[in-house]
Amino acid sequence: MRLLKLVPEDTNIKFLRWRVPFYVVSVLLMIASWGLVYTQGLNYGVDFAGGQEVRLTFEDLEEAPIASLREQISGLGYGEPVIQRFGEENQVSIRVRLPEEVEEQAGAATAIGDQVIASIESQYENVRRDGNDTVSGKVAGEFREKAVYALLAAMLAIALYIWIRFEWQFGVGALFALAHDVSLTLGFFALFQLEFSLQIIAAILAIIGYSLNDTIVVYDRIRENLKKYRKMPLPELLDLSVNETLARTVMTSLTLLVALLPLLFYGPDSLFGLVAAITLGLFIGTYSSVYMAAPILIWLGVDSNSFVPEETVADRQEKLARGEM
Amino acid sequence: MLEFPRWRKIWLWGVTLIAMFAALPSVFAVANLQWPEALPDQTVNLGLDLAGGSHLLLEAEPDQVAEQRLENMEEAVRAALRGAEPRIRFGDMSAQNGRLSFILESSGDVDRAREEILPLMNGTGIVTEWTLEVVDETRFVLTQTEEGAENAVTQAMDSATEVVRKRIDALGTREPTIIRQGDTRIVVQVPGLQDPDQLKELLGQTAKLEFKLVDQNALPTEVAAGIAPAGSQIFPYAAGTPFEGQSLAVRRLSGIKGDNLTNAQQSFDPQTNEAVVSITFDQQGGARFANLTRENVNKPFAIILDGEVLSAPNINEPILGGSAQISGSFTTETANQLAISLRSGALPVDLTVVEERTVGPDLGADSIKRGLIAMMIGSVAVIALMVASYGRFGVYATIALVINVLMLLGIMAGLNTTLTLPGIAGFVLTVGAAVDANVLINERIREERKRGRRVITAIENGYKEASRAIYDANITNFIAGVLLFLFGSGPVRGFAVVLIIGLATSVFTALTLTRMWVAGWVRKTRPSDLNI
Repeated sequence: MRLLKLVPEDTNIKFLRWRVPFYVVSVLLMIASWGLVYTQGLNYGVDFAGGQEVRLTFEDLEEAPIASLREQISGLGYGEPVIQRFGEENQVSIRVRLPEEVEEQAGAATAIGDQVIASIESQYENVRRDGNDTVSGKVAGEFREKAVYALLAAMLAIALYIWIRFEWQFGVGALFALAHDVSLTLGFFALFQLEFSLQIIAAILAIIGYSLNDTIVVYDRIRENLKKYRKMPLPELLDLSVNETLARTVMTSLTLLVALLPLLFYGPDSLFGLVAAITLGLFIGTYSSVYMAAPILIWLGVDSNSFVPEETVADRQEKLARGEM
Repeated sequence: MLEFPRWRKIWLWGVTLIAMFAALPSVFAVANLQWPEALPDQTVNLGLDLAGGSHLLLEAEPDQVAEQRLENMEEAVRAALRGAEPRIRFGDMSAQNGRLSFILESSGDVDRAREEILPLMNGTGIVTEWTLEVVDETRFVLTQTEEGAENAVTQAMDSATEVVRKRIDALGTREPTIIRQGDTRIVVQVPGLQDPDQLKELLGQTAKLEFKLVDQNALPTEVAAGIAPAGSQIFPYAAGTPFEGQSLAVRRLSGIKGDNLTNAQQSFDPQTNEAVVSITFDQQGGARFANLTRENVNKPFAIILDGEVLSAPNINEPILGGSAQISGSFTTETANQLAISLRSGALPVDLTVVEERTVGPDLGADSIKRGLIAMMIGSVAVIALMVASYGRFGVYATIALVINVLMLLGIMAGLNTTLTLPGIAGFVLTVGAAVDANVLINERIREERKRGRRVITAIENGYKEASRAIYDANITNFIAGVLLFLFGSGPVRGFAVVLIIGLATSVFTALTLTRMWVAGWVRKTRPSDLNI
């Protein structure tokens, strides 16, 4: 049986030839992403903004009365709700943001939520509640804070471990690649104003995990080659390492992709945001391992001596004794 | 690298089989099969976001506890000084900002007053709960210490948790989880509960019941303007009562509390057929209630629930039997709810719902079904790709992957952890890590063969060289997982738990188990060439 080989043997693609333009574009994209996050803002879901999101099925109707619902809920005086179809034609999700004046009040979100539901249920019959999330301003603030702390702590610990296992340049490189992935994902969410919830944080974590995996595989090969080819110029060595791991990169990415796509297209609606973000991150993460994590080593000045054990005093004396010095 | 002594094989298979066996009840449950009752049946808990149910986060305001505590101290001090022989006279008592202060009328009473008050200040005795100062010879100032206030909050939360548990049990819902969280919060999770309105109302009711004499001397105009006469307090009428919108002045220190109850039941008033709550006092409460009614015949007294007047009936005759009826324009449902609340005792502190998440069971079940089908399609595709690419080694990788998933489920079931939606993201990531480990190994073996290494050396090198990257990658992710667990909130933790367990099983199955199988195959057939 002839086995499938996705990548031809002995590829020699000059990945790093275009490292400067790629880097410039990537850094610009990162800056643009943060610019978007600051100007457009992230479309926080109830987890981070506070308020209510309720998912309803109008069992008697063919189609959910979105327009009149919008009017009815706006009339309650808590601002314009976000109403979207969710799943079937007669299913909607309704999101009401917590007004700023009551952000500090512990019970405000629940009170508003109850009012919204009561108002709808008095107007329509046979409304099934499929889900309801109500988060107070304080709890939402804690979620924001904790998500940021958790992400930062995890990223720093990762960088530290890589520094210990490799060299400081690798730690910085990995951190930079992760910052790139997180930035671009955030920028994507800001650009398209997709709902940013705690689930998306889980997705970003998965993206970081995957990208990190990729980066370490490439770094491991670089470390190995640095020991093996001590005279090879660094750009060439990096290209070699990326090419040698290319078959693995393609294979792993493809395998994950075929696992993710059914979830994306057929999986439950509640998982869609999560899976979409992970799928997006798969591409960003693979790219960043090659174009973000590797070239930075050139500029940070990694050289082959980094991984050669230093001579100890005993070694020196032994050499001296043998007359080699 | 390829040496596997018998004891090692037995050990590896043992671990694998035990973990896989632990997953079987969960697999049976998903497939709707009957799991034999005689065997241990711990399954993976599904989070409410997957299984459906209600999650409520309740929060108490710690200042309220401190206030209540100050009020209790005021009452205790008053009683102690009045009860002293001879009575100790005092004035200008005020309770504000965590302090209670008053002036003795005679400076000769200072030592006696101190003796009366000191025993009241000892709480649990572990920490100093109050400090006592005497200023300007006769002014006593009692201040709550921070430790004392904290202690009080902890105690209040402990008993609040108990009360919450009793109330939810009274609803008869299945397997609720009630956990204290942090200093001032309680998490309530009720699987399968679709409409938490009743639960919210029940938990939102503090159920602090008081009986106080109506201040008949208060001027109606002043009461309406919210000005209380000296020694009185103003309470509004509850919504739904005939006097809604009006207020009532009551004597501040005249009444008794409704916390000495042995029973409370919803019933109907025989004359009006209105829904009422019948309460039965315990002996002490009954005696106090009898006293109050005996001394105040033909005067009205107010029944106050959570700071709102329910009704203010006239005391026609002394009520000596230790039971009474509360009317307050109830419906059967609200009367029943109040009865439950009273039976379970008053909450020592108001609880506010600060987070509510409810998932209907239909959505949960549908999510799981579609998720499982999608995962199956994905798995078949992954298996096809692996086998097509690596032949025999792909088969090993696939078996390792299946075992990985089962072991992960088994360990999660064994440790009683919960699988949530974000946990599925963790699941995807660890399966990805397991696939990647095998890809790394197999690509490396390919590479080594290409360089002309002999079969055994190629396999040995493949495992050795690849495992370095595999370990580094997985340990880094593992560290990240631990930190996420430590710093993250609920959903992030759900992700981290799966990640931490999953990375361990991934490395074990993808690296150790496949190596054992490959070693066995090589040893048995001694291949001269590899199709990889």
